Amino acid sequence: MTSQKSVPRGPGKTATALARGRWSAHVLEDRVHRTLYTDPAVFHEELVKVYGGQSWVYLAHESQLPEPNSYLSVNMGQRPLILTRDRNGELHGIFNRCSHRGATLCRDESGTARSFQCPYHGWTFRNTGELVGAPWPEGYGPDFDRSKFGLRRVNRIASYRGFIFGTLNDDAVSLGEWLGPARGWLDYWIDRAPGGEVFVRSAAFRMGFRGNWKLAYDNAGDGYHPAFSHRSLLDMASRMGDAKDMSYFGKTPDDGPMKSYALGHGHSVIDQRPAHDGPGSFWSNQRPQPGREKFEELIRSQHPADADTLLDLCVGSQINLSIFPNLLIIGNQIQVIEPLAVDRTQLTWHATTIGGVPPEVNTIRIRTQEDFPAFGEPDDQANFEEVQRGLAVVEDEWILMNRGLGTGWQEMTEDGVVKTTVTDELHMRRYYEEWVRLMAGEAT
Amino acid sequence: MSIPDQYADTSTWSYHIDEEYYAALDRTRALFEEDWPEPDATLLHEATAFLSREARLIDQGRFNAWLELFSDDCLYWVPVTAGGGDPRVEVSHAFDDRRRLTDRVYWLRTGLAYSQIPASRTRRLVGNVEALELDPETRLIRSNFVVHEFRAGVTKVYAGWYAHTLVKTEHAWQIKVKRANLLDSEQYHENLTLVF
Ligand code: FES
Ligand SMILES: [Fe+2]
Repeated sequence: MTSQKSVPRGPGKTATALARGRWSAHVLEDRVHRTLYTDPAVFHEELVKVYGGQSWVYLAHESQLPEPNSYLSVNMGQRPLILTRDRNGELHGIFNRCSHRGATLCRDESGTARSFQCPYHGWTFRNTGELVGAPWPEGYGPDFDRSKFGLRRVNRIASYRGFIFGTLNDDAVSLGEWLGPARGWLDYWIDRAPGGEVFVRSAAFRMGFRGNWKLAYDNAGDGYHPAFSHRSLLDMASRMGDAKDMSYFGKTPDDGPMKSYALGHGHSVIDQRPAHDGPGSFWSNQRPQPGREKFEELIRSQHPADADTLLDLCVGSQINLSIFPNLLIIGNQIQVIEPLAVDRTQLTWHATTIGGVPPEVNTIRIRTQEDFPAFGEPDDQANFEEVQRGLAVVEDEWILMNRGLGTGWQEMTEDGVVKTTVTDELHMRRYYEEWVRLMAGEAT
Repeated sequence: MSIPDQYADTSTWSYHIDEEYYAALDRTRALFEEDWPEPDATLLHEATAFLSREARLIDQGRFNAWLELFSDDCLYWVPVTAGGGDPRVEVSHAFDDRRRLTDRVYWLRTGLAYSQIPASRTRRLVGNVEALELDPETRLIRSNFVVHEFRAGVTKVYAGWYAHTLVKTEHAWQIKVKRANLLDSEQYHENLTLVF
């Protein structure tokens, strides 16, 4: 690939245009170059520019910070970060990096704290980032100004209905604008819960694979793979006769009822709902959970009027929403992509529970959320790893994303959203446009 | 609890996992946290022999035979939260009743589970065995394990402890609950499709 050193630095339109030009040989209309998945230099640049730079990055769900002075340790790319609520409940993002000589301050995953004392030399900071004090400050002379040595903060933190994002770009468009039409899909997902209350309380599956993080993003919007990559799951599901969830991906998905939408800024969604019909059909399509039969009997007898609705809430949303670069909503889970190395990625699966329903609904909902991570996702991740292995063929340079080109499947709808067939690789072509923009350092 | 006739086959139906089931699970878990009296030689010998045989069936990939060790109302449980957490509101790596465990074994044997092509080779050591006879029909066994796995060019090691609840049936002792507590259950793991 083109040497990074030859790229002009500094502000100005010319530099930006040239920087963009740098990727023009690597991201084509129908293909991307293998080095985007294998070159550590590209990966390190992504950590700065895609998981930082001009981008908004998903950080956490507000329910993980349940009360004033809660904190949560997360990563923005690989930058360790403490998300906090101050005593008034306001959210702050402060880097977990002491302003003295760089040690992390907070080494627990979560808890409550009004302040953080650095374990190395004892500098103490408020949960909003200000330096409260350094031991024996006389050693810094009479002019030591504490206000200059606060913790570095994430430039902007914003929450959309509980979903917390951060950006290092003071001039970024608002979170709402950046989410754009993806908001409506998040709304659908959130509003499935009566009262719109969603909780991330369960411990998470921290699933890892030996592959580039974009393999997970490529796959999240991919309606082409289920009939093949998930054959074991589909086979298992028909053990007792009737086919279950996702078997409809195998039935000529090109002209089936499911659709995929490119939502702008690299976001996309697959809508599986048209493959279902009416209340109760999510539930009836779901592979069975422990306790299912007694539970259904209970719900139908105790809540006859809204039994189907309650049962459907125990099952996934039937949308797969991808918010670039690192948030994937799948079923009832919130999945976060955490890039660890050019060829290593953690996919963190947060199971959710909801408010406004009988507790046993949440229990079956939890049992449902164990199914796909056990019998579906591992096969995908095995395929991601095998892609990474395959990409070692240096001479075979390209990864294709040409499915759907020249078919006339795409249809422009309002808000610039493009609707297409679920097996179209449009989602990849569109997020790579965003990727090129971010890597070029352009404002979104 | 009485299970209606049409749901009697627990490899197909799951009527029995209810509030009381979870409550009973909590009660037994509490017993596993206690100190137990030293077991007599026969009890300890039988417990150790059972665990060794079970371990070997898994390591030999004889999953159908392994499945036969479990009772109709069994649970194969690999928690995410170290020690178990509250399964009513928390996910587990595995929370398999008889039906889901049958699914799991079926899934492993489809020959289509790419996460198990090639299949995991495992060998495990089980030790520090302790046993408690709750009543003539119920035994608790506590043990430590180290599982070595080799798959697709990668060798991994998993450590933790097992909590087995065995029940006596006409013919043999069966596993009512097997809980595998991984030392790092809530941490990063690649491809946890092996059987613990
Ligand atoms: S590095 Fe934090 S006080 Fe020195
Ligand atoms: Fe998949």
